[in-house]
Amino acid sequence: MEGATQNPITIVTLLALAGVFLWLHFTGGSGKLRLWLAGALVVAALVLLLPSLQLNLPGWLQPLNSLPKIQLGLDLQGGTHLLLEVKLEDAVKTSLRRRGDDIQREAKDNKLTPPQISQNADGSLLIKLVRPAEASAFQDLMSRAFSDLTLAPAPNQPGAYVAKFTPPEAAQVRSNAMDQALETIRNRIDQLGVRETTVAREGDNDILVQLPGIQDPERAKELIGKTAVLQFKLLDDKHSVSDALRQGPPPGDEILYGPPQAGGPTPYLVESPVLMTGDVVTDARVREGGRIEGPYVEVRLNRRGTEIFAALTSQNVGRNLAIVLDNTVYSAPVIKEPIPGGDVQITGNFSFEEAHNLAIVLRSGSLPAPVEIIEERTVGPSLGRDSIRQGELSFVVGAIAVLAFMAIYYNGAGLLADFGLILNILLLICVMAALQATLTLPGIAGIVLTLGMSVDANVLVNERMREELRAGKSPREAVKIGYERAWSAIRDSNISTFVAGLILFQFGTGPVKGFAVTLCVGVLTGVFSCFVATRAWYDWKISVRRLSTISV
Amino acid sequence: MSLQLIPPDINVDFVGKRYFFVALSTLINLAAIVLLLTVGLNYGVDFAGGSVVQIKFDKPTTGDQIRKALAGLGLGEIAVQDFGTKSQNQFLIRFEKVRNIGSIGTRIEGALNDAYGSTNQAHVLRVETVGAKVGHDLRVDGFLAVAVATVFMGVYIAWQFARISWSFGAGAVIALIHDVLVVSGALVLSRFEFDLTTLAALLTVIGYSVHDTIIVSDRIREDAAKRRREPLESIMNRAINETLSRTILTSGTALTVLVALLALGGPILRPAAFTLFVGIITGTYSSIYIAAPVVLFWERGQRIKGAAARAA
Repeated sequence: MEGATQNPITIVTLLALAGVFLWLHFTGGSGKLRLWLAGALVVAALVLLLPSLQLNLPGWLQPLNSLPKIQLGLDLQGGTHLLLEVKLEDAVKTSLRRRGDDIQREAKDNKLTPPQISQNADGSLLIKLVRPAEASAFQDLMSRAFSDLTLAPAPNQPGAYVAKFTPPEAAQVRSNAMDQALETIRNRIDQLGVRETTVAREGDNDILVQLPGIQDPERAKELIGKTAVLQFKLLDDKHSVSDALRQGPPPGDEILYGPPQAGGPTPYLVESPVLMTGDVVTDARVREGGRIEGPYVEVRLNRRGTEIFAALTSQNVGRNLAIVLDNTVYSAPVIKEPIPGGDVQITGNFSFEEAHNLAIVLRSGSLPAPVEIIEERTVGPSLGRDSIRQGELSFVVGAIAVLAFMAIYYNGAGLLADFGLILNILLLICVMAALQATLTLPGIAGIVLTLGMSVDANVLVNERMREELRAGKSPREAVKIGYERAWSAIRDSNISTFVAGLILFQFGTGPVKGFAVTLCVGVLTGVFSCFVATRAWYDWKISVRRLSTISV
Repeated sequence: MSLQLIPPDINVDFVGKRYFFVALSTLINLAAIVLLLTVGLNYGVDFAGGSVVQIKFDKPTTGDQIRKALAGLGLGEIAVQDFGTKSQNQFLIRFEKVRNIGSIGTRIEGALNDAYGSTNQAHVLRVETVGAKVGHDLRVDGFLAVAVATVFMGVYIAWQFARISWSFGAGAVIALIHDVLVVSGALVLSRFEFDLTTLAALLTVIGYSVHDTIIVSDRIREDAAKRRREPLESIMNRAINETLSRTILTSGTALTVLVALLALGGPILRPAAFTLFVGIITGTYSSIYIAAPVVLFWERGQRIKGAAARAA
């Protein structure tokens, strides 16, 4: 979990205590010492869990707050969980289109006639040579300067070629796009000011976003979803928009629309070439603006951007420059004079919040490909609290019923089993906190199963002891046989559960994983608390020769 | 004298009635398969895809009124159901595929508040939307994980019990499949939604089923090692009777806790608690009446084959 403190103290303390304990257990060490260690484990667990209770600790206990806390899943504490699919094939297409521009430029530089290049539906480039005589020179150029593309003659079209990325190059483009998308979304989420967010890659082309306790999930989704590709293009001033709407745009032009408004969005006829893109933006800020134009966004360009912008404004004085964001024309002001300064204003009848969101997405860069929300789970904070309260209540009632039953049915041995169970719960939660594992509803199901198994471990041992006592064995022998004979069953059951947990963790997704983690941790703490630790009591009693009777 | 629920000298002939119970279980399992194939599980959005929105109103209203208020949104077929107790005025609104899933919560809240006005405000408590592809992936991944885990558990058990019979692993796996089928059948009948929380409960049932089978089989393993002359059938009966007290106590306490969960756990936990309740009962039953008979049938087959080999 991002931003959470990684503190090894918890895990080291617990492991050290448990390690010494196990060593004494298997070497037949002093029962008394082991009892003390068990007590120490309880105290350690309680101290380590203090921060998770979120009490107001007195001053001298404040350092404890840096210890890891239990992370509650979004189903318990409320928040938004989003799974986004990055349309990586679109990134490959965009990238190929840029290579197409490169090919034309390179051809020109090598004194060849620039070929006509268009893009097929599958993204590959269709390259038509204007002069067939230049074929060999062109192929030469391609193999020399564009080794990342494969070139094949186009079927049924002499003098034409189909170009696409080589498989390793396409994989590289996808992987870069994924990294950039992750980075961009992380930047945008950071600007929301929500604590302990997760932005993580999931599978080949998905991104997982978790926003615990967020108040305004709609805004987050709007921010994440914006591709934010900023482009500067010129309006075509030689043809009319209405003709283009009727007959289709003239070659080299396209029709783009303004933002939605009453009476339909305004159409614009723009020239296709992109003069400058948003990757030269270093900063974007919201400015108040006057009463008529409203808030606007001021964009600062880097040095290269400033140069490009100065050149394009000086070459096109008197023409309209369309500022296009995600294929929507926000404004198309007239270039009155060359602008050398490197500041560009984007106006467009924004509300303050729209302007603010626009500034954020421009600052955090554009997404290399569109993203789509394919899974959303939003749990309001009050509902999360309700599930916790109801879960807690039923858990406490159930636990008290089990503890009381054990004490009544097995007397002394039952109380010992109760101690084991409580130690188990404490250790389990401690280890979960130390591992920074997230506690979810399915995770609680895993805890319940392992608790059931550890109750059963004690029932097994106690039933066996009763059986041996009935058969006339001494209490001492009954304890020994009870623990020894129960062990093979407890071992096999716990190992097979642990193995199943590992496999569920490996193959399962999200919630199944959460179940698997608590299952594996619970098996370890359960066997330790309810089998290994309770044994210490009997060993101590035997060692002081006071085990004339056992209460079971 | 301490409490004793089951008399220590109890001797019930469990194994002798195996034909009847195996036949009964087979029938129940076939019925469960038929139910699964014809009626089918009531998949929640996790697995079916679509959206579910939980709404709380300030004042009482009805499902029809809600449906009418949302008609303009073009959400396709809308299912509205009460959620929780009547006094909470909570509803679940479920619908299939939506476009533009990002904004569905606000759109619904807006439409409801337009229709009801300020006297009865609607509050969106929870939105869950799962794309069809994700739902499919979750279903496949969940199934795969359970299948692989089952195979590994079976192999481990077969290996640990190989001295008595290789078939203990098969017995545990068949008992597990039996329990999954029974629970699934109960879920079909109850119409509880099958979502990720129910899946977690089903995984818990699998864990419990295997655990319980191992405990009973372990006693068979122990007794069989001690009494080599005794026929397996009577060893099994003895082992099951010896562990009966433990079996009743453990499943009894587990069921008690689940009753608490069913009563107090709230509507979100109820399907999971139900799954566990049925699962513990069938998991306990199958250790005695499914896992043990599988081992017996297998061993008898081996003996006949062995005898045939000697005769040849």
